[in-house]
Amino acid sequence: MSQPTTQRDKRTAAPSGSDRTPPKTPRASSWASMPLPVRHLLLAVLGLVGVTGLLFVTGDLTALRIAAVGYTMLAVAGLQLLVGGSGQVSLGHGAFMMIGAYTMALLVLHQPMLPLAANLGIIVVVSIIAGIAVGAATARLHGPYLAGATLILAVGLPGLTHRYHDLLGGSNGLNIRTAGAPPFLQDLLSTSEWRALVVWTTVVIGLAVLATISSGRLGRRMRAIRDDETAAAMAGVPVGKTKVVAFVIASTAGGLAGGLQAYVLGTVTPSSFTLVLSLTLLAALVLGGIGSLWGALWASIAIVYLQIWAGDLAGAMNLSRDAENNLPIVFFGVVLILVLRFWPLGVHGALQSLRARLRARES
Amino acid sequence: MTTTAPEHLLRADGVTVRFGGLTALDDVGLRVEPGSVVGLIGPNGAGKTTFFNVLSGVLRPTSGTISWKGAPPPGRKTHHLAKAGIARTFQGLNLFPMMPVIWNVMVGADRLARGGSFSLISGLGRHHRDEKELEERAMAALVRFGIAEYATRLPGTLPYGVQKQVALARACVGEPELLLLDEPASGLSGQQMDNLAEQIRGFSKDMAVVLVEHHMDLVMNVCDHIVVLNFGKVISSGTPAEVQADPAVTQAYLGTPANEEPADGRPVTVDPGQNGAAR
Repeated sequence: MSQPTTQRDKRTAAPSGSDRTPPKTPRASSWASMPLPVRHLLLAVLGLVGVTGLLFVTGDLTALRIAAVGYTMLAVAGLQLLVGGSGQVSLGHGAFMMIGAYTMALLVLHQPMLPLAANLGIIVVVSIIAGIAVGAATARLHGPYLAGATLILAVGLPGLTHRYHDLLGGSNGLNIRTAGAPPFLQDLLSTSEWRALVVWTTVVIGLAVLATISSGRLGRRMRAIRDDETAAAMAGVPVGKTKVVAFVIASTAGGLAGGLQAYVLGTVTPSSFTLVLSLTLLAALVLGGIGSLWGALWASIAIVYLQIWAGDLAGAMNLSRDAENNLPIVFFGVVLILVLRFWPLGVHGALQSLRARLRARES
Repeated sequence: MTTTAPEHLLRADGVTVRFGGLTALDDVGLRVEPGSVVGLIGPNGAGKTTFFNVLSGVLRPTSGTISWKGAPPPGRKTHHLAKAGIARTFQGLNLFPMMPVIWNVMVGADRLARGGSFSLISGLGRHHRDEKELEERAMAALVRFGIAEYATRLPGTLPYGVQKQVALARACVGEPELLLLDEPASGLSGQQMDNLAEQIRGFSKDMAVVLVEHHMDLVMNVCDHIVVLNFGKVISSGTPAEVQADPAVTQAYLGTPANEEPADGRPVTVDPGQNGAAR
């Protein structure tokens, strides 16, 4: 999950600075020699253990919030790879979440016997198909034109629920019931905690995959395209194909996130997947810090908790319903402006420069 | 065009490029043999860079054929040519600004990675070995070009001369069979230019080189064969000595033959072949 650049820094800078820094411990070097997927899966397990611990010390209500941070993070991380990695700005990420969420709801309603893992697998397949369709259609578009094309997706897709009212439930959406914890765990875990665990298990696997792609050959190809398309092509990078692949990866992460959201909330409505969601995801990415998956973590925490705090604030101030509904967006905007005013590289960028300053003081 | 002699690495025949009403290239041909250094010269606007873009697949010619090792190129897209073994540098360098130098060069080496799509996407299989190998190759290239100390720096933070070496390293690290250099000497000092000439002669041990260049010193120094373009047409070609002796070349660079006087500071856009001729 660490940023590839800094990783590289550490590894290649070590020999030159070896007279100052202590020699590399065998553990550190064996860590670096491990293949990326192994490394990231180990980090994923570690993350999952951490979340489990967190679930046990916090209550039932927080479990739902932790789950929300989880699936939001997966969605933002996918967007991170697309925007920060391949340089394609998508305003339609919420649409992919919607596709995943509705796929989950329809599967639970019409194929109740399928296990959750199978549902998630089907969501991956559906999202990949959606990603290929959108990615192939937009691979030749750049900058604002690409943003515009994906904007159509975000605006248009929720309307489908009205067009196919019987299947998709119109503006009321669909309600689903999913099973809680398996019987042998029911003494140990509440339904919310179980769901949070399911979400985070999927999320850490997804993040491990994203981190592996991001810091490997494919990630480097994407960054090369982002930085200079002609030079990348001249180095043998298939530009169009790589762009579509980036779209597919992002749409898969988004679809899975949407599916998990439907699973946790038990309801899907078109109003939760409007353009506002897509814009919020993108803005949160900037807030968290573009270019690193850590940025996605801060972004998802911001999305989930700013919403909650804004709601609490509105409640405490006895605001009217309209004001209460709009306060989170205002709140989010103000925080975004403040963060970017003081930390132009987002929260992750700020933390990195803080770390660099601390390290400089040490030596 | 039917039977291309196999000794030609790259062969262009009758390449014509029209931009609307403007004919940028008119029936231009070129032969590049393995291990040779071919210079492409001509006054500003002669069509050198356009021809370069055709050779590297960035631009599709209006008509004409390109053959690579006696066969049509493996694909029409730029990356197909790159995969087949053609690398190029750019006049404006076009380094990847947000990536450290080592990653810049690793992208250049990417075509040598042997893992397929599966390893590319999953990070499994050959991926780990590929990455190690690419990094080793890139590092070796940085050492060869004398810029190893800048491996973790971003290109934008480096002096121009170093950036040029990064661009060369990125182009050479993929072990191309043909290297296209677009004005490699621009912005270099005299000393750096001498080093560059040596480098280019070094490249030709492993690969053929085609260069577009304004500095006649360099061109006359390193090229085995020179093609002179003017207004999109080949006006002369041959060895450096032949080209220098060709009155058509003098005319293109210096103006009408009425100017018999040494034409220093005349309506000349580039340093004419005087210095090279003096050698």
